[in-house]
Amino acid sequence: MSAEKFKEGKGVLIDQNWFQSWHKLKQPRPPLVKNILVAFFAGGIVCLLGQFILNIYISLGVPVEQAGNPTVATVIFLAALLTGFGVFDNIARLAGAGLAVPVTGFANSVTSMAIEFRREGLVLGTGSKMFALAGSIIVFGVVTAFVVGLISALI
Amino acid sequence: MTAELLVEKRAGEQSIVLEKRAVLLAPSTVAGPKESRGPLAGSFDRCYDDLVLKEKSFERAECHMLEEVCYLAIGKAGLVPNQIDYYLGGDLLNQIISASFCARKLAIPFFGLYGACSTLAESLCLAGMMIEGGFARNILVAVSSHNCSAERQYRYPTEYGFQRPGYAQWTITGAGAAVIGVSGDGPRLESLTPGKVVDADIKDPYDMGSAMAPAAADTIYTHLNDLQRDPSYYDLIITGDLGGVGKKLNEAILERNGVRIAANYTDCGLLIYYPQQQVDAGASGCACSALGFFGYYYPLMLKKEIRRILLVATGALHSPTTFLQGESIPAIAHAVSLEI
Repeated sequence: MSAEKFKEGKGVLIDQNWFQSWHKLKQPRPPLVKNILVAFFAGGIVCLLGQFILNIYISLGVPVEQAGNPTVATVIFLAALLTGFGVFDNIARLAGAGLAVPVTGFANSVTSMAIEFRREGLVLGTGSKMFALAGSIIVFGVVTAFVVGLISALI
Repeated sequence: MTAELLVEKRAGEQSIVLEKRAVLLAPSTVAGPKESRGPLAGSFDRCYDDLVLKEKSFERAECHMLEEVCYLAIGKAGLVPNQIDYYLGGDLLNQIISASFCARKLAIPFFGLYGACSTLAESLCLAGMMIEGGFARNILVAVSSHNCSAERQYRYPTEYGFQRPGYAQWTITGAGAAVIGVSGDGPRLESLTPGKVVDADIKDPYDMGSAMAPAAADTIYTHLNDLQRDPSYYDLIITGDLGGVGKKLNEAILERNGVRIAANYTDCGLLIYYPQQQVDAGASGCACSALGFFGYYYPLMLKKEIRRILLVATGALHSPTTFLQGESIPAIAHAVSLEI
């Protein structure tokens, strides 16, 4: 039975308008305010941690304008490590966008795919599936950077 | 033989009344770590405390559980594998690999079935018909699901971090099996209502409760109508894995069609976990109805505390490909009436 015929099927009769409004009304909705607040603070903590790591690199003698790169690498490493230990998904479930938007989310998506498909082999598993989730971030990141670069060159 | 005689066991639109004794025997269940910390922990035959069961993959682990539970059920029924005439069953994975790989080991004639989470009721329906037709004396029905193997096939890798919507359900790690025989102590399969595929135009793959509730309502309504029964005829009507959202929706749809089932209606998806186990709307998966019914309600039936049960297992028949392509989620529900 297609959705259309379902309305006049032989079994139960469902009024589609009623169904849609019931569904809209009774469906549990995400706690938006809570999620936003938690994401704000979780994201803030990640940034604070980043700043802390950055300051360590600077105090170790890395020039200020170059200290960003090892900092990002360290945060990626930490997120990958937490993913490997099976902790990241539990934290991210609570933190939501706070962990998904910073580089931690990117690291998690790559590492989790790499772990998940390890059993299908190093080449056809880990190697080819690793960027299946993160691939779109890279593609659209590069495209956006190109467009923005083009605009700034023209202005 | 006239056409009349051929269809004498049919009732109404799509139901079948079984006249011979098809008895549900030796229900066996195994459960994973999260289920073993839930309210039904004490009623499973075997609990595992890790998710991979020392196997090399989640798929192997699921197959391991299924093999284990099949041998448990055959043993409990006092049989050996070659006394079983047919093995009916399935699971959630592509090409129902767990069931097929388990059948490879059991060496019993095998029918692989796919009805998503409705596979248990689908197997019971067909087993009932086979016994009624005199084609078999003992039939093994077995289903399994594994949270991680299902999660990685249908959604994201297991270690991927994201926020689950409040209506999402948690796929059960576990397996259930039983033997359908012609004699013995146990509830008998009394009537069956195989369901139609119903599509209520839900497109969110996390919202399976809402997608499946119309199918459950349709099958329950048709069953009661075909056999001219009132919901109070049953001591209990159990749906498989509608979860919190789907259960309410099912009740609401039936109520709008003039059938009130709320008084003696429950859902297996709400039985398996405690609310604080963070499963959102409840449990789902092939093993959900198996763990709930075999683990919890079957012993109550043996004690004659519950005499008549209508088991309605529901399944969402989508795939990761169809939802990415924007298709809605078709659903199915099969009903089995058991009496003792």
